Amino acid sequence: MEHYLSLLITAIFVENLALAFFLGMCTFLAISKKVEAAIGLGIAVVVVLTLSVPVNNLIFNTVLRDGALSWAGLPNVDLSFLGLLTYIGVIAALVQILEMVLDKYIPALYSALGVFLPLITVNCAILGASLFMVERDYNFGESVVYGFGAGVGWALAIGALGRYPREAQVQ
Amino acid sequence: MSDVSAKKVLFEPIFSNNPIALQILGICSALAVTTSLSVTLVMCASVIAVTAFSNLAVSLIRAQIPNSIRIIVQMTIIASLVIVVDQLLKAYAYEISKQLSVFVGLIITNCIVMGRAEGFAMQNPPMLSFLDGIGNGLGYSIAILFVAVFRELFGSGELLGFTILASVNDGGWYVPNGMMLLPPSAFFIIGLGIWALRTWKPEQVEEPDFKMSAHKTREAF
Repeated sequence: MEHYLSLLITAIFVENLALAFFLGMCTFLAISKKVEAAIGLGIAVVVVLTLSVPVNNLIFNTVLRDGALSWAGLPNVDLSFLGLLTYIGVIAALVQILEMVLDKYIPALYSALGVFLPLITVNCAILGASLFMVERDYNFGESVVYGFGAGVGWALAIGALGRYPREAQVQ
Repeated sequence: MSDVSAKKVLFEPIFSNNPIALQILGICSALAVTTSLSVTLVMCASVIAVTAFSNLAVSLIRAQIPNSIRIIVQMTIIASLVIVVDQLLKAYAYEISKQLSVFVGLIITNCIVMGRAEGFAMQNPPMLSFLDGIGNGLGYSIAILFVAVFRELFGSGELLGFTILASVNDGGWYVPNGMMLLPPSAFFIIGLGIWALRTWKPEQVEEPDFKMSAHKTREAF
């Protein structure tokens, strides 16, 4: 339990994707002028990261990893070179599915997120989190915590920056 | 885009339409991979290759791509090319590929690659698109090499491993500027670079979003 807690804190504050690794900068610079847009994008990133990192983790561990296909009778197959293609495919598919589900069941949130959902596919913070997950060899539980933490960290960072120009303008 | 000549397509992105300095695309990797010049050079070569060949491939099949799934098709092409680059780096430059870690993979989401595929290659013939890819890759490279030279020179007093400014630790006179090794310094250098470029080419200056109000002196009590 403590291990997960410390992983969560690390992902949110210490290894913040936006502020420590400078990932997702393009959207960060483009969106953070408006605080509403920044918050909408932040929420979308949290949702997509919390889903995509564990899903990619499952796929990596059961299909792609060296020797992971032994349950199918193929112990010598190493598909890890297909990783990049798989992760980006999973992310694109997840975003598409999320868009359809939100449109059907929570239209209010869907219209609030608007154009930001499809933009998330090309946000490097999302792909970066999956790649870090593979590089650091997280298990499933850790990847859920890491995905959520990384998303919250990014959302906090963009929220904080999005607030600033607005206040400067009021002055 | 009225007259698209090969020369214009190849050289325009380098200074007059630089993807980093004017369009502010592909910033993430520009901040992350510029601590040492050798890593940056490898990153430049990878990005030029991926941009050029993805433009070529997208342009070759642009008439066959259904409009509704074009993003996925482009993504797949780009991701496959990045896998090739990644495997090549692992085979021939393992040390540097370790240092680049996730940033080779992140070429997939580099807005420059995607932006050129969507914005140029979908409308233009293959050869021209290929040149456009090289041009934009070069524009990106010039910008991040500029940043990397400053960061490595002032951060550690070396360039490509050769000592230029003898640092205090080795008995020289230069005190290395530790901040140059941290990502924020790349922000400052890119900012200064954009300032310099826009002083040279004033037509690139954007309209400000907010105007500062004129200073008013308060009446004394």
